[in-house]
Amino acid sequence: MGYTRKVMEHFANPKNVGEMKDAHGVGRFGNTVDGDEVVIYIKVKNDFITDVSFKVFGCVAAIASASVFTEMIKGKRLEEAIQITKEDVSRALDGLPSEKIGCSVIAPDALRAAVDDYLKKQGRKK
Amino acid sequence: MERVYFDNSATTRIDTRVLEEMLPFFVHRFGNASSMHYFGREAYDALEVARQRTAKAIGATSREIIFTSGGTESDNLALQGVAFANMEKGKHIITTSFEHHAVLHTCHFLSGQGFRITYLPVSKEGLVDPEDLKKTIDKETILVSVMSANNEIGTIQPIRELAAIAHEGGALFHSDAVQSITKLPLDVAKDNIDLLSISAHKFHGPKGVGALYIRKGVKLRPLVFGGGQERGLRSSTENIPGIVGLGKAMELGMKEMEESVDKMTSLRDRLIEGTLSRVNGCHLNGHRTRRLCNNAHFRFDMVEGEALVLSLDMKGFAVSTGSACSTRSPETSHVLKAIGLRPEEGRGSLRVSLSKFNTTEEVNMFLESIGEIVERLRSMAPRGLGSGET
Repeated sequence: MGYTRKVMEHFANPKNVGEMKDAHGVGRFGNTVDGDEVVIYIKVKNDFITDVSFKVFGCVAAIASASVFTEMIKGKRLEEAIQITKEDVSRALDGLPSEKIGCSVIAPDALRAAVDDYLKKQGRKK
Repeated sequence: MERVYFDNSATTRIDTRVLEEMLPFFVHRFGNASSMHYFGREAYDALEVARQRTAKAIGATSREIIFTSGGTESDNLALQGVAFANMEKGKHIITTSFEHHAVLHTCHFLSGQGFRITYLPVSKEGLVDPEDLKKTIDKETILVSVMSANNEIGTIQPIRELAAIAHEGGALFHSDAVQSITKLPLDVAKDNIDLLSISAHKFHGPKGVGALYIRKGVKLRPLVFGGGQERGLRSSTENIPGIVGLGKAMELGMKEMEESVDKMTSLRDRLIEGTLSRVNGCHLNGHRTRRLCNNAHFRFDMVEGEALVLSLDMKGFAVSTGSACSTRSPETSHVLKAIGLRPEEGRGSLRVSLSKFNTTEEVNMFLESIGEIVERLRSMAPRGLGSGET
């Protein structure tokens, strides 16, 4: 399994791991029975992500992808953050093995769920 | 960082005494065993010494040993060789659902060639029930193939009993003994075995060399045709250094078996008991006592196998897992499926396999690390052990 140095760095020392009790939005994607699972927590001010954290169950690629993704979205406008794709995540890790690309999509999908949750709480989305 | 090798079911470190015996055959005694001149005779003599050593180790005669490129080729030769040479008698082969892929994939191929294959189930501990074999065998059955010990979970099968049932039903009996040579006392005569697969690199010999024991009188069709080496059953210039290494490793392994097995059994039990007592949500896969002396196979709740293996690797421990994650779906090995594990149960599996070179200190180091590593991974998880509900 050819993981890049960057993947292994994020796996060994993942950034922003943990539950956020006072999150403005929480999004979950996947489940541990069928595969990987990620929960993303966000804090938002003026539609900018001011803080983010995550919890993850999954393989090395899933952990590293969630870690690098949370770094990528910090300080970004919500609209911009939800545009980030699995290819962007893979590039940020200097690439993932082809069979692991699927693992890089769970964090972006969890973020979309977190943004939906935030907008609902704000009454801006039904 | 000190590195500890705990993946000896995958491959083993060559014994320096084996290497010493092999070295002259690369440079000084490099002849082709088929040549008539001095160099050829020298190579031929070495070939026959290795053949005698290999035969003696399993209670066979020299003429019953064929050298191959390894366990995979031996399995292929045994199954295809018997199948195509005995088609007029019948086209039914019985094996188990959790054999090595070298057997399973050969059976799949034979199925496509018109052979009927029956896959016996195994218990949750990985044991074949001899009664299942009795019920399945019929007059069309030409071969029964059951591994003597499983490569993943280490379960030891009742080979002698299964072989006797095969013979009662008029079938030949093959056993993939790749994991058990030098770890279990095997005697082809007492155990009623007709064909036995051997691989040198699993017992401190070189890679790329193996053997197949073929009981005298067993009809076999070759896979490889050419110059007629190995009594016409396996053409190809013999890999003399490798074969010399196999013979030496076999001789040493058998001579030192009692001592090595005692040592590995003690380390294995320390490892199993220590891990189970230190880590919550940890289970042993396979049979508690009927298992290879060097095999410990665990599963951890709410831990992903690849992440666990690479976490241990970062701490210096080389181990393996029976699960894989691809396209976000957990894939459990066919062995773990065969013992009835669901994908979510099998995905946190870990195989720790020892050798005679491992030490108590190394096992202690592992025991000091495993709990912390498992907890670190669980603490990242959204729910489950050690993380609280999210």
